[in-house]
Amino acid sequence: MSSVAVEISGLTKAFGTNKVLRGINLLLSKGEVTVLMGANGAGKSTLVKVICGVHRADSGQIRLNGTAFQPQTPQDAIRNGVVTVHQSINDGVIPDLDVASNLMLDEMARPDGGFFLRQRQMRARAREIAASMRLEVDVRQPVSDLGLADRQLVAIARAMAHRPELLILDEPTSSLSATEANRLFTLIDRLRDAGVAILYISHRTSDIRRLADRIVAMRDGEIVGTFAEKPLDYNAAVNAMLGHGMADANLQHIPAGQPILSLVGLKVSAESRPISLTINADEVVAFTGLVGAGKTELASILFGLQAPCGGAMRLLGAPYAPQSPGQAISAGVFMCPKDRATNGVLNDHDLTRNITVPFLSRHAALSFMKGRSERQTAQAIVRDLDIVCQSADDDIGTLSGGNQQKVMVGRWLAEPSNLLILDEPFQGVDIQARRDIGTKIRETAKGRATIVMASEMDEVLEIADRIIVLSDHAVTGDHANKDLDLKQVMAEVAGAGATTPAQNQNSTASGA
Amino acid sequence: MGHKKTFGDYAIRYGFLSLLAGMVLFFSLGAEGFMTPYSAVFIFQSVAITGILALGVTFTLVVDGFDLSIGSTATSALMLSAYVMVVLQMGAVVAVIACLVMGALIGLINGLLIVKTKVPDLLATLGMMFLLIGLQRIPTQGRSIATGMKLPDGTVAAGTFSKAFLWLGRHRFDFFISNLIPVSVVILLVVAGLVWLFLERTRHGRLMYAIGSNQRAATLAGVNVNRYKILAYMISGVLASVGGVLLSARLGRGDIASGNNLLLDSVAAALIGFAVLGVAKPNAFGTLVGALFVGILLQGLTMMNAPYYTQDFVKGAVLVIALVFTFVLSDRRGGSKH
Repeated sequence: MSSVAVEISGLTKAFGTNKVLRGINLLLSKGEVTVLMGANGAGKSTLVKVICGVHRADSGQIRLNGTAFQPQTPQDAIRNGVVTVHQSINDGVIPDLDVASNLMLDEMARPDGGFFLRQRQMRARAREIAASMRLEVDVRQPVSDLGLADRQLVAIARAMAHRPELLILDEPTSSLSATEANRLFTLIDRLRDAGVAILYISHRTSDIRRLADRIVAMRDGEIVGTFAEKPLDYNAAVNAMLGHGMADANLQHIPAGQPILSLVGLKVSAESRPISLTINADEVVAFTGLVGAGKTELASILFGLQAPCGGAMRLLGAPYAPQSPGQAISAGVFMCPKDRATNGVLNDHDLTRNITVPFLSRHAALSFMKGRSERQTAQAIVRDLDIVCQSADDDIGTLSGGNQQKVMVGRWLAEPSNLLILDEPFQGVDIQARRDIGTKIRETAKGRATIVMASEMDEVLEIADRIIVLSDHAVTGDHANKDLDLKQVMAEVAGAGATTPAQNQNSTASGA
Repeated sequence: MGHKKTFGDYAIRYGFLSLLAGMVLFFSLGAEGFMTPYSAVFIFQSVAITGILALGVTFTLVVDGFDLSIGSTATSALMLSAYVMVVLQMGAVVAVIACLVMGALIGLINGLLIVKTKVPDLLATLGMMFLLIGLQRIPTQGRSIATGMKLPDGTVAAGTFSKAFLWLGRHRFDFFISNLIPVSVVILLVVAGLVWLFLERTRHGRLMYAIGSNQRAATLAGVNVNRYKILAYMISGVLASVGGVLLSARLGRGDIASGNNLLLDSVAAALIGFAVLGVAKPNAFGTLVGALFVGILLQGLTMMNAPYYTQDFVKGAVLVIALVFTFVLSDRRGGSKH
């Protein structure tokens, strides 16, 4: 079975001046699982949204079974047999309703449906669907009583009630355990055998190895690689998706100073392999890895937001186990979190207040604020980081994304720290702001240890003295950023080296 | 600051205050006797208790919360103070302290419900409101408390409201004219000054605003968010009980039917305060002006012989206009800057 279900050609989509899709050509065959990979912002979700009717393409066309297909709404797409199951499980089900109602929801939502529910008929139909999917649940049970996997399966079963030609699954396993995921895979296998074309979006190595017939890698709104030859070259796909334009990394490497932070057998999650490493003063260490590799979890543990599942941390030789961000900050461990809009920006506050918020006691006497001390600090940060604004009294909302990010980073550069963690500090900023922030981080690195979490290889190469690769919550590589063997690093990002934990202890470059 | 101020900016900043000034001018010309010290004091007195409660509401609004239980906290304080003096026959000091402690305790429970058990603020304080409305009636089997009342056990309540306590509600200080300014007005001004100082000039006030803006960001900046939220509800409870004490001292009896309007009036005052100076967020000065605005409007209309039953309509209209002021205008300003 290799007849084409969906044919996409020359598809483009721009939001304002931002070209998100730059001419996508893609064939999806019946009875084949195509895995779509791409870093954040590569355009995956926009592509999916165009296919499933949320966005309209600017140009190019989609053909479904040979006929032109231009969905105007998601309902339109569903009626034509293009069904999407979104990442967040609860978007696909209504927890308070029973399984039968959930499975029949689209039926009920049809405008030409009757006024009264025909419960018995509905349940019978729902049981049919459930049976055909080998979903073993009582259809009268509320969905909220089901486990995550069953909910996900109900969401997919609901989609299957439409007899789809194309099923799109957006990171369906992101909240499932291994056994739960296995049930999902069995179902996908069956759908594949039934001739459904499946577009599967995921970063999980295990998912991809288990399911993929073909891997398509996306970067910057383009398809940068299609890998269909068996055995699938997963590393090459990761390589294509992350890319490495090799920005002229012109780094002045400083020899690392005294040890600041040591992790001793630290376990990020219950099932992960322990991490042991030492981070030294003066060096900028970048942790890289795919989404879900454990970067944010590790940052959370270091900053006292979550407890490790095992092992210990030492800061400047003393045991370190922060219970809250407050404790971490008093120990001199600062973190600039990722996703500034959610985690950092104080809306309706001016720059000064945004900058000084973690260290107000330094600008207060007997709790009363000293306006001048505060203003001086803010002005110094604005000057140092070249923040484009009229004055430090500007509302944070009037700044561009890059300048807002500078404020977020500046907030934590205002005071000396022992360890500064920056989680995705280059997220959503333009190239100039990225350079400015990177330069500032390196300039100020003397005297403290600096950790940068980043998944983009370009960013990592630009900022780091040392690169540590994470995969599945464990360290798979540790290199000096010098004569780096990128192939090796990419392989480690993809999960290679996971079986040789001894190598983790080694903090020297692996060489070319 | 090279930012050129447009007419719109001025309208947002001073619009509400100009409206207030215009209204005062209108009433002074239209209503005889409006522009006198006594009339001014009367207005202040009429808004004193609401104003104090509204300042409490301001705290919970600052941390992005809401306290529906302030009205019933105030009436509970009213009943408690009467019970302590009339039934238990204790003095003014004990009565006041008991009320303040009760207010703090109610705030603490509200705060714990909200931050520890994660009950949404509206629901937690709604529950607390009903609980208090019921609770304050249980000791007297639903009757008002006054000297000489018959108690459930058959005895007669012999205590009286002490002179010192009534002083709080009835004394007037001399201010150029003798017997001019009521104690409650002084307390309102002092409380407003302290709240302003706390919210605008201290570290803690600043952090409360930060929590209200982005709780997650505040947590990640090392702020103990839960502690500040609980503190906000405790301040709200204490200020509500201060209002209740003043109401009790004015009435001189534990009147079960008093204070019905307290909750809505004070919430309205705090929300109207958003529009003052175009700050578009809860603030002490705005709350005070908001309370005064409603007071002046009602007093002026009364003096121009508007019937009493139009009062709530007028308050509602003012609130709606103020909210439009806040959200439409400041939104437009925010939008034009991007």
